[in-house]
Amino acid sequence: MKNSNYIIELSNLSKSFGDKKVLDDVSLYIKKGEFVTILGPSGCGKTTLLRILAGFSKADEGEIHIAGESITDVPPHERPVNTVFQRYALFPHLNVFDNIAFGLKLKKVKQDEIDLRVRKALKMVGMTDYEWRDVNSLSGGQQQRVAIARAIVNRPQVLLLDEPLAALDLKMRKDMQMELKDMHKTLGITFVYVTHDQEEALTLSDTIVVMSEGRVQQIGTPTDIYNEPSNSFVADFIGESNILNGTMIRDKVVKFMNREFDCVDVGFGEQIPVDVVIRPEDVYIMAKSDSGMFDGVVQSCIFKGVHYEMTVLTPDGYEIMIQDYNAFEVGQEVSMIVKPSDIHVMQKERICNTFEGVMSDATHIKMLGSEFLCNEQKDIVGGEKVIVEVNFDKIDLLDNKEDGQTVGDVRFILYKGDHYHLTVRTEEGDNLYVDTHDVWDDRDIVGIRIMPEDMRITRV
Amino acid sequence: MKWLSRLFMKRHNWSIPYFIFLLIFVVLPLVLIFIYAFQDAEGNFTLRNFTKFITHAEAANTFVYSIGVAIITTILCILLGYPAAYILSNNELCRSKVMVVLFILPMWINILVRTLATVALFDFMRLPLGEGALIFGMVYNFLPFMIYPIYNTMQKMDHSYIEAAQDLGASPMKVFTKVMLPLSMPGVMSGIMMVFMPTISTFAIAELLTMNNIKLFGTTIQENINNGMWNYGAALSLIMLVIIFATDLFSDSDEERASNEGGII
Repeated sequence: MKNSNYIIELSNLSKSFGDKKVLDDVSLYIKKGEFVTILGPSGCGKTTLLRILAGFSKADEGEIHIAGESITDVPPHERPVNTVFQRYALFPHLNVFDNIAFGLKLKKVKQDEIDLRVRKALKMVGMTDYEWRDVNSLSGGQQQRVAIARAIVNRPQVLLLDEPLAALDLKMRKDMQMELKDMHKTLGITFVYVTHDQEEALTLSDTIVVMSEGRVQQIGTPTDIYNEPSNSFVADFIGESNILNGTMIRDKVVKFMNREFDCVDVGFGEQIPVDVVIRPEDVYIMAKSDSGMFDGVVQSCIFKGVHYEMTVLTPDGYEIMIQDYNAFEVGQEVSMIVKPSDIHVMQKERICNTFEGVMSDATHIKMLGSEFLCNEQKDIVGGEKVIVEVNFDKIDLLDNKEDGQTVGDVRFILYKGDHYHLTVRTEEGDNLYVDTHDVWDDRDIVGIRIMPEDMRITRV
Repeated sequence: MKWLSRLFMKRHNWSIPYFIFLLIFVVLPLVLIFIYAFQDAEGNFTLRNFTKFITHAEAANTFVYSIGVAIITTILCILLGYPAAYILSNNELCRSKVMVVLFILPMWINILVRTLATVALFDFMRLPLGEGALIFGMVYNFLPFMIYPIYNTMQKMDHSYIEAAQDLGASPMKVFTKVMLPLSMPGVMSGIMMVFMPTISTFAIAELLTMNNIKLFGTTIQENINNGMWNYGAALSLIMLVIIFATDLFSDSDEERASNEGGII
């Protein structure tokens, strides 16, 4: 009944820890032999997803199938998967050989075959002759190799890797990435790899699954994800990018930075607000000339090894990040060109804040865990449920949390060229989206104030 | 005052009071035991105290019997304490720390008070005092000393070892025998140290719970010293110290092996 192309099928998984929803209706289908990376910032639910796949944690809702068989209720020791743990979890009371042979011995494999397979696994991870070493005497990188050998020696259908390279230094990590990729080719088994390192994900994977806040944001090949991010979160998380507010004028024409640009996107409609993403390396910069599409003044220029990273300020007050092999001096006037195919247009997830609330009386409204003053409502009586809309730039964030009507903390910061777009979460878990020119830091606790005249109240 | 301030200026001088304490209450008594053990009542050098122990059946028998009681007590403590420690350290089985405190609570009460209470309990339930009561009292008194070190090692054990074992195909039973048990051995070893050694030398529990009918080695030493036979008592003490020291060495080397097993190839 199941499509045999998929070795792993996760359907509609949800999981909460207390009130916090860590996985929200996640579905994922993985093909046999694929190298899939689950990528996201810490706390996005990627590790929980992997633990549910391994069987250490149970989903509240949803189904898991591996190779067509439901394993939703199968305990971890009977699942056809093996895990490489983040902190290796090598048994300290066993030597390298016994660590690797652990799974084979449990399966009652014959001793001479165990010897053979352990040697082969050790050879594969480049640790020949380390059989009798004590695992505590090994370096981090060596322990990681043993941990990988311990997993692959069992010939699982799926290998799960939980940020296996996070604890290694940069050089070692790069080497191990290449080795993992080779290993994946040689073994031909499915790898599910969890990481928060976008570069690692781009290097290793056949498919990347970008997650945030317990939800899948985008699934695609590394090139797809990089070139066609599906929303501003993905664009910001994968690589560097300029993200700007824009308006789709009509098909193939988008307006941002107060001028119209040709683009290749169609089907958004006319006069629709959109997010525009331009990668810093896609902006061509030159000394000021008439052939440029827009002009600016260089604000900073930093040498980054291969290229220079510059910020340019346009006369309209937009800051654009540019990467180029040529350096331009700070203060120099420059002109820029962007190719239509390098302008990525994305649907906005929302164009204003929408809150649910209850009227207490004609001039007060209960929402966001607090009571707000609002303009007098003529035909809405107390106790009625209402929807409140507030524009992004009409929410004030205050240093002193006592000054606001409610309190929240800054969760996500997106720079949009001339202002910041912040996600602020209240103590009750509601998200507010705020446009501001002030600089806030991640996890700042802020007071939140909304003026009565800025609320658009409608009955449910 | 100048010499005093100079004395306290140097940090290593701060340990002087502790040295004096150790000298008076640990080293000196040990030296005295050693000297007395090799002397007769007149103060002449002799080995008679030791030959008396070997040839004198009663003392030797008590000695063997005491070690037997200590071994049984220790084994019972392990059998009762290990599962208890396992349950206490398991967050799914035991969610509150109150349970841990309840298990450790008896350690706060004086050992004599606990033993007298045990006697009263046996009287109340009309159970005979004797060997059974002795073992019961011993286990009751020393069980917390077994539970706590095991609980401690299990508590500190990285949960990912258990997950790794499950992941590699170990059933819950195999997870226990192949990972939990070997990894908790250091705790069991210190538990044994905390239970076995004091049980050899205990005498109050034996006196109270057997109405003085069963003698343990501690009792014999105490009786000899009470009756003015200081030299023989000292010799017996020395023998006991040697045994304790031997167990200590044995478990020490074992623990060291567990913590950095095969570190040197």
